[in-house]
Amino acid sequence: MSDATVKPPRKGILAATLHMLGPVFVVVAAIVVLWYGAAIWMNSTWTIQQAERADQTLTTGQIIRDTLVQDRPRLPTPDQVATELWNTTIEKKVTSKRSLVFHASITLSATLVGFMIGTGMGILLAVGIVHSRAMDMSVMPWAIASQTIPILAIAPMIIVVLNSIGVQGLLPKAAISAYLSFFPVVVGMVKGLRSPDGMQLDLLKTYSASNSQGFWKLRLPSSMPYLFTSLKIAMAASLVGTIVAELPTGAIRGLGARMLTGSYYGQTIQIWSALFMAALVAAALVGIIGVLQSLVLKRMGIRQ
Amino acid sequence: MTLVILALVLWGAAWALNAWLANSGRRIAQFLVPALFGITLILMWELIVRGLEVPGVILPPPSMVAARFASSTHILWVDFVQTFMKGALTGYLMGAVAAFIVALLVDRSDFLRRGLMPVGNFMAAMPIIGTAPILVMWFGFDWHSKAAVVVVMVFFPILVNTVEGLRATDTMQRDLMRTYAASYWQTLWLLRVPAAMPFVFNGLKIGTTLALIGAIVAEFFGSPVVGMGFRISTSVGQLALDMVWAEIVVAALAGSAFYGFVALVERGVTFWHPSQRARI
Repeated sequence: MSDATVKPPRKGILAATLHMLGPVFVVVAAIVVLWYGAAIWMNSTWTIQQAERADQTLTTGQIIRDTLVQDRPRLPTPDQVATELWNTTIEKKVTSKRSLVFHASITLSATLVGFMIGTGMGILLAVGIVHSRAMDMSVMPWAIASQTIPILAIAPMIIVVLNSIGVQGLLPKAAISAYLSFFPVVVGMVKGLRSPDGMQLDLLKTYSASNSQGFWKLRLPSSMPYLFTSLKIAMAASLVGTIVAELPTGAIRGLGARMLTGSYYGQTIQIWSALFMAALVAAALVGIIGVLQSLVLKRMGIRQ
Repeated sequence: MTLVILALVLWGAAWALNAWLANSGRRIAQFLVPALFGITLILMWELIVRGLEVPGVILPPPSMVAARFASSTHILWVDFVQTFMKGALTGYLMGAVAAFIVALLVDRSDFLRRGLMPVGNFMAAMPIIGTAPILVMWFGFDWHSKAAVVVVMVFFPILVNTVEGLRATDTMQRDLMRTYAASYWQTLWLLRVPAAMPFVFNGLKIGTTLALIGAIVAEFFGSPVVGMGFRISTSVGQLALDMVWAEIVVAALAGSAFYGFVALVERGVTFWHPSQRARI
C-alpha cells in the first residue's frame, strides 16, 4: 500500500515480488526468533523452581530444552502453537467438540449473520439520511458520537437479557456483531453517497433525471469505494463483537469460549491457538472483501 | 396502553417539529434537532417500558437508571478511577509513546518500513482483544494487565497512521529544508513531525475508543472487585440491570469526553490544516 512512491526498477516479476515480500519475511522471521527467546526467558522460572524442588541442578542446555516443551508454559513456543493448531484442525473430526474448525464455524456463522444484518440496515439508514434532511440532522450526530462510546460494554447485557426472554444460540451474538458493524457502514456510506460533487449532480439535473435515477446511476456507483473501506472495518468489528459476546455467558462453543476456558484452566496453548484461529478468520474475511473490492472497482472502471 | 399511544403521538409530534426545524435552515437547528431527537428517544423508552410493564430485569426505564446513578455515584467513581484512569489512560499514554518512537525508527529505514508496515496493517485488523486472557495471566488481575491490553490495542493504529504521516511532506518542502542546510533532526521537528500531526491525531482518536474497550473487556477475564468491566459482568449476573446501564452511561460519558479532549488538542495543534479551518 505504501510502495506507491518507491517503485522498484523493472527487473521482472520475481525481483519485484522479492522486493515487496523480502522485508516482510525478514520481519516475521525476527518476530519468531524474538518469540523463542521470550519463551525461554519466561518459562525458565518454572523449570528452575521445579528443579529446585526436586533438588536437581540443571545445565543451561537442559533448562532451555525444558522451556520449549512445557505443558502449560507462560508463553508457548511457535511450534507448540502450530502443532496444537494442526492437531485441532486437520487431525480432529470437524464435528468434534475439540476441533477448532467446529468452534471457528460457530463464531463465523454468528459473525456473518450479524454482519449481513448490520451492513444491510446501515446502508438503508444511510440512504434515508442522504435523502431526508430531518433524518440527517437528528440521526447523524448520534451515529458519529456513538463511535466514541465503548459499545462492546453492553454485550454481556444483551446476551443475558435475550437469554431470559428465550432467545439463545446464534441470534444474541449476531445481534451484537450487527450492532458493531452498523455504525461504520452508516458513516462510510453517507460519506460515499455524498461524494458526487455539485457539477455531476447539476449535470444529471440538466438531463432532468429523477431522484431515483440520480441515486442508482450516480450516487450509488460513486459510493462503492467508501462502502468497501467501511465494510472491511465493519467485518473486523463484527468478528470482535462475536468473540466478546461469547465470553460472559459461560458459552461452551466458539472461539471466545475457547479463550475463556483456556484462561480458566491455564491452558495457554489453547488460548494461543484460538487467538491465531481468530486472526486467520479475520484475515480471510477482510481478504475476501479486499478481493471483491478490487474486482468490483475494476469492473466499474474506478480503479485499474 | 395509553402510555404507549402517548409515546407514539410524542414521536410523531417530535418528528414533525424536527422536520420543520431542519428545513427552516436556522443555525440553531443544528444543535436543537439532534438534542430533540435524543430526548424524544429517552422519553419514548420511558413511556413504552412503563406502558407495556416490561420487567426491570429486561429493560429498566431511564428514570430507574438515573436514580441508581445518583444513589451510587461513589461506586461508579471508584470503578471509573480503576478502569479509566489506571487501566485505559496509562495504557493509552504508554502505547501512544511507544508507537510514536517505533514510527520514528521505522521511518529512518526504508527496508524496515516495507517489512513492518504490512505486518502492522495486518495486526491493526486483528481481533487483538483476544490477547486479553494471556496478558491477564502474565500481569495479574490488577490494572497493570488492563494497561497492557490497552497498549497492544492502541499501538498498531497509531503506528500505522504516524508512519503514513511522516511521509506526508512532499519533495519540494524537504528540498527547501536541505537548501537551508537543515540537519535530519531539524527537518524532523520543524517540518515532518508537524506535517504528520493530522495523521497522528487520526490514530490517537481511533485509539481513545479502543483504549476504553480494551480496559473494560480485559476485566471480563479477571479483575479485583472493582472496575467498570467487573461491575458490568457481576451486575448482569445479579440481574441488576439498572446498575449495568449506569456503568454504560459512565462509559459513554468517559468515551466521548476522552475523544472530545483529543479532538480539542488536535484543533490546537493542527490549526493550520484545512479540515480545522473549514469549521470556523
